[in-house]
Formats: sequence, C-alpha cells, structure tokens
Amino acid sequence: MLLKLTFNSLYARLLTVAMTVFAISLSLMLYMSVEKLRTSAYTSFTDTISQTDLIVGARTSSVQLLLYSVFRIGNATNNITWESYEDVINKKEVAWSVPISLGDSHKGFRVMGTNSEFFKRYKFRGGQSIELEQGNNLDDLYDVIIGAGVAEKLNYSVGTPLIVSHGLQSFSDHDDQPFKISGILAKTGTPVDNTVIVSLEAIEAIHVDWSTGAKIPGQITPVEEIRQMDLSPKNITAALIGVNSKLQIFQLQRWINEYPEESLSSILPGVALQELWRIVGVVENLLLGISVTVIFTTLIGMTAIIFSSLNERRREMAIWRAMGASPKVVIGLLMLEALIISVMSIIVSTVMLFLTLYVLQPWIDNTYGILVNIETLAVKDIYIFMLFILSASLVSLIPAIRAYWFSINDGMTIKI
Amino acid sequence: MEKSNLNEKTIQIDSVKFHWSNKSKFKLHIPELSVDKGEKVLLLGESGSGKTTLLSLICGFLTPLSGKIQLNEKLINDLSATKRDQYRSDNIGIIFQQFNLLPYANVIDNILLPLYFSKLRSANVSNQRETAISICQSLRLPEDVVNMKASELSVGQQQRVAVARALIGNPPLVIADEPTSSLDTDAQTIFLDLMFSQVASSNSTLLMVSHDKSLSSKFDRVIDMKNISVKEQ
Repeated sequence: MLLKLTFNSLYARLLTVAMTVFAISLSLMLYMSVEKLRTSAYTSFTDTISQTDLIVGARTSSVQLLLYSVFRIGNATNNITWESYEDVINKKEVAWSVPISLGDSHKGFRVMGTNSEFFKRYKFRGGQSIELEQGNNLDDLYDVIIGAGVAEKLNYSVGTPLIVSHGLQSFSDHDDQPFKISGILAKTGTPVDNTVIVSLEAIEAIHVDWSTGAKIPGQITPVEEIRQMDLSPKNITAALIGVNSKLQIFQLQRWINEYPEESLSSILPGVALQELWRIVGVVENLLLGISVTVIFTTLIGMTAIIFSSLNERRREMAIWRAMGASPKVVIGLLMLEALIISVMSIIVSTVMLFLTLYVLQPWIDNTYGILVNIETLAVKDIYIFMLFILSASLVSLIPAIRAYWFSINDGMTIKI
Repeated sequence: MEKSNLNEKTIQIDSVKFHWSNKSKFKLHIPELSVDKGEKVLLLGESGSGKTTLLSLICGFLTPLSGKIQLNEKLINDLSATKRDQYRSDNIGIIFQQFNLLPYANVIDNILLPLYFSKLRSANVSNQRETAISICQSLRLPEDVVNMKASELSVGQQQRVAVARALIGNPPLVIADEPTSSLDTDAQTIFLDLMFSQVASSNSTLLMVSHDKSLSSKFDRVIDMKNISVKEQ
C-alpha cells in the first residue's frame, strides 16, 4: 500500500521526478563511462604489447626504450650491433626474438625494418596476432606492408608505390629505390597501425649509398647490383624477446644489462607500461574526481527537490498523521521516495550507458584504439550503486527529519 | 439503534491545561467536557478560541500539560507517542476542513488508507473494496468516482469521500473540523445529512467544530468554547 501510494505520488509529479531521475542518471552514467574508459584505456594501453618477455635496446631508460620500440615515439639513442644481438639470442633461455630497425620514415609515419618473426610473435590485447587484411607478405626486397592507419590516412592500397625518406624529418628521400605496397594489416589499435613495415634487408639496401647519416656524393648503386649484394643487417635498434621459461626472465635481463661488449638495456614491457601509465594516470584521477563531484552535486540536487516539495506536501503529511501514521512512517515515506528515485536512476543510467557504449564502441576502437569492454557491470559498479543508494537515503534524511518536525508540530492545524 | 450504553462516555476531559511553551500568550484551560457515546455534538467557537487545539488534544497529536483526557474510558495522555498514533487510527475518524485526500491516489485507496494503519478497524471490514463502494453509494457519490483520482473530484465530492474514509471500519469517534466551510449552503445541508446518516449507521459519536451557529439545530447538543474554557490572564 505505502509503496503503491509512493509510486502514485511520484507519478503525480512525473515531470519533476523524471527530470531528477534523468539528471542523476546522467551523472551516474558520466561516472560509469569515465570509469569504463579509464579501465579500458588502461587495458588497451597495457595490452599494446603482450607475450613479449623482454625488450632489448641500447642503454637507456626503460620508458624511453618502450616509447621508441613499441610506441614509435622519440628516437633511439643508439643502435645495437648485430653481433651483440646474436650473442643475446644465442642464450639458451631465449625462445624467440624479433629484431627491429627504426630510423626512417614515410610522410610522418615511422618505417620499421624487421623479419617475418614479427608477424608471428608480436601480440596485443592478450594474445591477438596481427593479420593481413589485404595482399601478401614481404616477398620481394622492395615490398612494404603498411598498418591500417597508414592506409587509411594516405589512402593507399596494395600495389601503390612508396618512397622512404631518410630519417624522421628529412628532405632527402631514398627515391632511387622505390617500394611497392604488398600488404595492408588489419586494424589493431596499437602503434602498428601507424607503421610502415619493410624487411631488415631493405633497410640495409636503401642505405648502401649512405655513410654515417649522409648520402655519399655521386654514388648511386643500381638496384640490380644491390639485389646481388649481401644485405645482412649490421645494426638493429631494438629486439623483442621471448623466453623459454618465465623464471629465466630476470636472469636473462641481468645478463643483458651486464653485457660487457656493448651497453645494452633490457626491460620488462609490462613493468615499463605500468611506469608510463603512472605518468599518464594523473589525468584519469582528475576525471574520476570530476565525476564523483558530479554525483555529489546531483545528490544535493535531489535533496533540494525533495525539500522544495516538502512545503506543498505538508498537508499530505497531516493526512498521513490523521490516519494514524507515526512520524516514523512520514520519514520512511520520504526516504522511500529517495530510494525509488535513486534505484530508477541507477537502472536508467545503466541502460543509457550500455546503449551508448554499444553504439560508440566501434567508433572509440577505431578512433582511439581503445577497446571498451561492455560485457557486464563490474563488481566495483555494484559497490558504487550500493554506496549511491546508501548516500541518497542518508541525504534524504535531512528533508525527512524536517517533515518529521512539521508533522509533529502541525497536528490538526495545517498550514497551506 | 443501541441505547443500552447511553451513559458511556466517548470523550471525558477533566481540568486539562495546555499552552505552547514558546507561544505563552495562548493558554487553554478546560475544566470539564464530556461527550456521550452516540451523541452528535457541535463545538462552536470563534477563531483563536482554541477549538483546533482542543481537537489536537483529543486526537492525541498534543498532550496536555496537566489534567486527564479519556476516550472510551481510556486515559490517552499517558500513552507513548506511538501508542497515541495507534489509538487514533483505531478509534478516531478525522475529517478536515478541506484537502482531506491524497491528491495522487484514487478514491478507493484514499478511503481504505485508515485500514492500513488499524488492524482493529480493518477487522470490522470483511470486503474492503465492496465496503468502500457501498459507503460511497450511500453518500450518493457517482459510481465511476471510486476509481478516479482524488484530485479530479469536486470539493463537495472530496468532502464526502473524506466522510467515507473517516467512517470505514466503524471507529467509535468521528471528529470533523469545519468540514462544511468550503461548501455552499445547499451543499452544506446535503453533506451534513449524509454524514449524520453514516455516523448513525456506524454507531459512532460525532464531534464537529464550526463557527456557524445556524447549524446548531441539527445536533443533539451544542457546546460553545466560551462556556467550557476558562480564560487565563
């Protein structure tokens, strides 16, 4: 009976109540979507590279090595020699390795030299492999595979010729040795999307006529001649390494870091990603703070609405009292009202959230490379809901206690 | 009609004193007031004479500073607030001046509301919905009214629904605080007649407050506030 009448009462104030529910729902949804984006961004970010146990490069900080080898941001301080690389991969702990050579670019996109192992070993999002969407592997020396982002932004397709520029922002092109796009990768949401991939030999080939970063004047070796040359790489920038047993990671890492013939660094990608995220993470705390404030604000708004309805409902309270309702029932009625409003808000916000996520998920994934997980509500969300209901009930005590005093003092005399 | 317990008192007030501590100007002192069971009493008084305060005391919203208030020979001013609330819902049907009903609830729910709080009155009603409808019929409310929202009714209809609510479950006492003041003269007469017949059929005692002396002839007894209260200071 009380529940039914409370619903009737809320229904009679449908517009106000609906606006309140909508406002609260929006703020709850804001909070939840920030939470979702935050955790999804974190997962997507830390999932940029998975199943790689160590990244090896020249002596540098772990964040920097991670930035240039995985995110293609910034530059390597130094290369490592092929001999050192071979020493590392010949260790019995090493199961597989992918050499990476960076330094050149194409229209702002980084060019990465590697071998076929890269396509087999590079994993993201907890074990997903990169796949060719169109075309073939690197079969010819001058074949190139581009990431989905490169293809999209430059409007390239399989067969398009491509000139690699020397360095990252240089005016000198390797125009004597044009490449041809042999394949385009499927979207990954990782920096691979914005990478131009060639073979290690191709990197050697385009630098045949170069010495210490400058073109040797007058020397142009014909392509046919280059094809006959020994193009085994002499340097690489970094290497991704997988070990046989996880227990050996630290042992191998120490060995690499103490490698006597060259200054090498090896990092655990997971740890470095966490380190990097901690720098980025300040923003997420800010977002979280904002959305909590928004929830708090709407709670106050809800109380204000109950408060403002109190004067016009003073008569209603008197009727309840005349029927024999104790002042506690009057308190209960108002709290029940707040409870219904908050539960409805939670339901509405959850529905809105999932609808929005469902609609926006592909777009967010495509644009920002963040895969938003829309499967279920997290346990944390349930806690937040319970906390919200609890605080809504507590906050509604303020107008409820006022109504209690009204109803005790009014008695038969009812002010309008 | 049962007349065997004619001398039974529904209301018995002895030397009751009350004043609001913060409003020390107003003081109410009633040496003696009694209403017999089945009596229809009109309580006359000008505004400010303490009528409403007296009703609040009888209904147990307020407790006197001293003196005794007995309803059906039960002393109510010693009861706890919760017990007084319960006693009120079990024994008293209340009709206000106006705005008696929860505007958002339908007529049936409004009428049945007291039964929700009183097991005693609820036990007197075997089929709640049918009883509510039959009371509405005897109050000459249109048949389709019962499912309408209270806010959709005319003032006169609302007051009659208030009577139905006050009388459902046959409470021993009905208290009406100027229930006709919002009605015109013709409607007043019809309303009072309908209320009287309902009060009679449920064997209840009626205490009605008004400032309108012209209604006096319809009641068994008329009490003027001037005559029962003692002015102090």
